[in-house]
Amino acid sequence: MKPDFMLNLVLMLALVATALWTVMTARLLRAAIGVAVASAVLATIMFRLDAKLAAVFELSVCAGLIPAIFIAAIGLTRRLDAEGLAERRREKLKRFALLPILVAAVGLALWLIPMPANLLPLVAPAAGPTQDVREVLWAFRHVDLIGQMLVLAAGAFGVVVLVKEVRRGQ
Amino acid sequence: MGNETAMFELFAIGVVLVLIVGIYSIVTTKNLLRVLIGMEVLTKGVTLLLVAAGYGCGQIALAQALAITMIVIEVAVIVVAVALVLCIHREHQSIDSSLLREIKG
Repeated sequence: MKPDFMLNLVLMLALVATALWTVMTARLLRAAIGVAVASAVLATIMFRLDAKLAAVFELSVCAGLIPAIFIAAIGLTRRLDAEGLAERRREKLKRFALLPILVAAVGLALWLIPMPANLLPLVAPAAGPTQDVREVLWAFRHVDLIGQMLVLAAGAFGVVVLVKEVRRGQ
Repeated sequence: MGNETAMFELFAIGVVLVLIVGIYSIVTTKNLLRVLIGMEVLTKGVTLLLVAAGYGCGQIALAQALAITMIVIEVAVIVVAVALVLCIHREHQSIDSSLLREIKG
């Protein structure tokens, strides 16, 4: 096995392990940190796949901003007492005991069973011959940019309305 | 088997596993914040699939543009969803989805 492939394999295993830890940990704060770690591992994989700009976005937004939003939300909710936390641990262990076994079994099966056909996706000619992401964004996907601006504006508007509703309710 | 194909197969297997983790988490949990965290895990898998597909077919710039679009939409969705969860928490003093039976409509 080539060292390049080995490194990608290790990163892939790290991503799956972090995802498992994120959903299985009993404390919400640890889950939020797990999201940040998973995003950091994904950003590393994206750097290795030559998607540098997307990796920077992933690292700054998904490993920085989103966990911060989760942590702020967790801070505003009620804290569990020791008894409640122990109960939650038992419940989670019961509910998620199957998940690592399922993931290991599916992963092993997919690894061992040979793929029937070439999995590589077809080349999309719509993007043109350029390999510069800025040119793709501005020249070929400018409708996406308008959509992104609209989604962000709608998100900000939604949050403002919700916060106003909460204040009115209080 | 070519290097790109082997690499794409490796990432495709990883994507399937991450998607399983995310879907399982969303389906089994009742805590609304944990549902959002499961959604986050799910989007990690989708982002990786986009980038790996772009790398595999030599269209990494297009894949990056789509991944960036996805990240922006993900943030907007998470921010609004977290605000909704906090509203539910203030109204019901709980974020357990099984306790939310009094939905106004």
